[in-house]
Amino acid sequence: MELFKGLVLGQYVPVDSAVHRLDPRTKILAALGLLGVIFAIRGFAGLAVLTAVLAAATLVARIRPGYVVRGVRPLLWLLVFAFALQVFFGEEGGHPLARWGPLVVTRENLSQAAFYGWRLLLLVFSTTLMTLTTSPVEFTDGLERLLRPFQRVGVPAHDLAMMMTIALRFIPTLLEEAEKIMKAQMARGAEFARGSLPRRARALLPLLVPLFVSAFRRADALAVAMEARCYRGGEHRTRMRELRLRPRDYTALFLVAAAAALALVSPAVWRGR
Amino acid sequence: MIRCEHLTHIYGRGTPLQTQALTDVSLTIAAGEFVGIIGATGSGKSTLVQHFNALLRPTAGHVYLDGGDLHARGVDRRRVRREVGLLFQYPEQQLFEETVSADVAFGPRNLGLDEDEVQMRVRRALTLVGLDPDRFGPRSPFELSGGEMRRAALAGVLSMEPRMLILDEPTAGLDPTGRREILGHVGRLHRERGLAIVLITHSMDAVARLAGRVLVLDRGRLVAEGGPREIFADPARLQALGLGVPQMTLLGQRLRERGLPVRPDILTVAEARTAVLEALRVRGRSHGAL
Repeated sequence: MELFKGLVLGQYVPVDSAVHRLDPRTKILAALGLLGVIFAIRGFAGLAVLTAVLAAATLVARIRPGYVVRGVRPLLWLLVFAFALQVFFGEEGGHPLARWGPLVVTRENLSQAAFYGWRLLLLVFSTTLMTLTTSPVEFTDGLERLLRPFQRVGVPAHDLAMMMTIALRFIPTLLEEAEKIMKAQMARGAEFARGSLPRRARALLPLLVPLFVSAFRRADALAVAMEARCYRGGEHRTRMRELRLRPRDYTALFLVAAAAALALVSPAVWRGR
Repeated sequence: MIRCEHLTHIYGRGTPLQTQALTDVSLTIAAGEFVGIIGATGSGKSTLVQHFNALLRPTAGHVYLDGGDLHARGVDRRRVRREVGLLFQYPEQQLFEETVSADVAFGPRNLGLDEDEVQMRVRRALTLVGLDPDRFGPRSPFELSGGEMRRAALAGVLSMEPRMLILDEPTAGLDPTGRREILGHVGRLHRERGLAIVLITHSMDAVARLAGRVLVLDRGRLVAEGGPREIFADPARLQALGLGVPQMTLLGQRLRERGLPVRPDILTVAEARTAVLEALRVRGRSHGAL
């Protein structure tokens, strides 16, 4: 009955590396930029370039490949599904390679499917790499700082970041509590994993009601504790960790931009040969 | 009734958070017995008792209820939980229904009893914990006082009509009245209903007053077991384990240090009174003889 034990939240792998030490803003921007580039790429060569760059970054970050694979795994079925869909129901015509009854596999569709699949993998790879090397707290800090320019148009950057930080902080607490309440109800003969779906949904009530009650109570207590320490939003707050872009951040951003440019022009280079 | 053999429990095995909570614990608890479990925070008390009703599965070793292994194939764990009731720490957190009656009925309904029987059990359980079924039954559990909520939660376990009741720090966070009421009801359940009671507590006085036998846990190991007089006879050792002795035992010890020859195994106020009067009489006589 160790329901949530060993469940690691977020994927952050705390090791010391050049990538870990980068400013979170650098990593967020790089990941966002790469997302755009990945969608703009039209040929396999570009994907190969980006894959190589991300693999190199993984090495530098001293992240074991296993962690990256684990990040991709939840998408495996989506990937297989999208691939199959593209192979069998892609565009008509082209060079047939194989045929089962009404299903025809053409070279064009196969290559299209591979391209889309690879692209999807890269999308996940780049964001996974960011979450693997950036702790949730750093991430929210970076996000707050990046959103600050938009405060003028009414984006509550600080409040959003604070809410996110609090939410992240309380996920383990709530999980622990959920486990305790579940056990308490099981001690009273409750069953959570048996019966039809509606029955199971109803069985969750004895878990959810106490969990909500306690979450609200906690929220109340936290609000009081924050106010008791004169918290009143983001104005005039100083921070313990000042984010500062260092030379290494500019270097990293430059490298990513260079890789992106290379990836974008690579099909042309290929053809030129 | 409950027997543990070489019980070991490890949380999060194979993860970086792996912790050994229990190591090679063997013990027996007889039907109708009142056992106190004491031990510092993190000594494995809660982990231990969660094995008694099969909420936790031993990493190694076995737990038997009436001779049957709890984790043998085909054992109905709901039946086990009907026999062995467990009241968690801060049990008021488990209340969820709209009325106290409905909440107390949760357990019996899960047992698949018919509605008449359920209602009878609800009334019986509420009466046992001193909550008038007609007055408290229709109220929302969330508008009760702390002590009342806890007694309602206790009723929610009693309505399963278990033969053994485990209480994990039932008095934590209650005011003196609430504490006295809960422990009073627990004592009565033991005396009048013959329930086997397992009481986890940090109150040495409660253990001294109520328990017939005491188990001492330290960092996942069972380091001592015996009658309360025996256990509390060695205050230095208990203090080394982060525990204490009952107030009156301490009083006796201090008095002896100051030269009043009181018995060393006092547990309760009543015993202290007799012992002190006895010691004074003895001293008075010897003074008279001089």
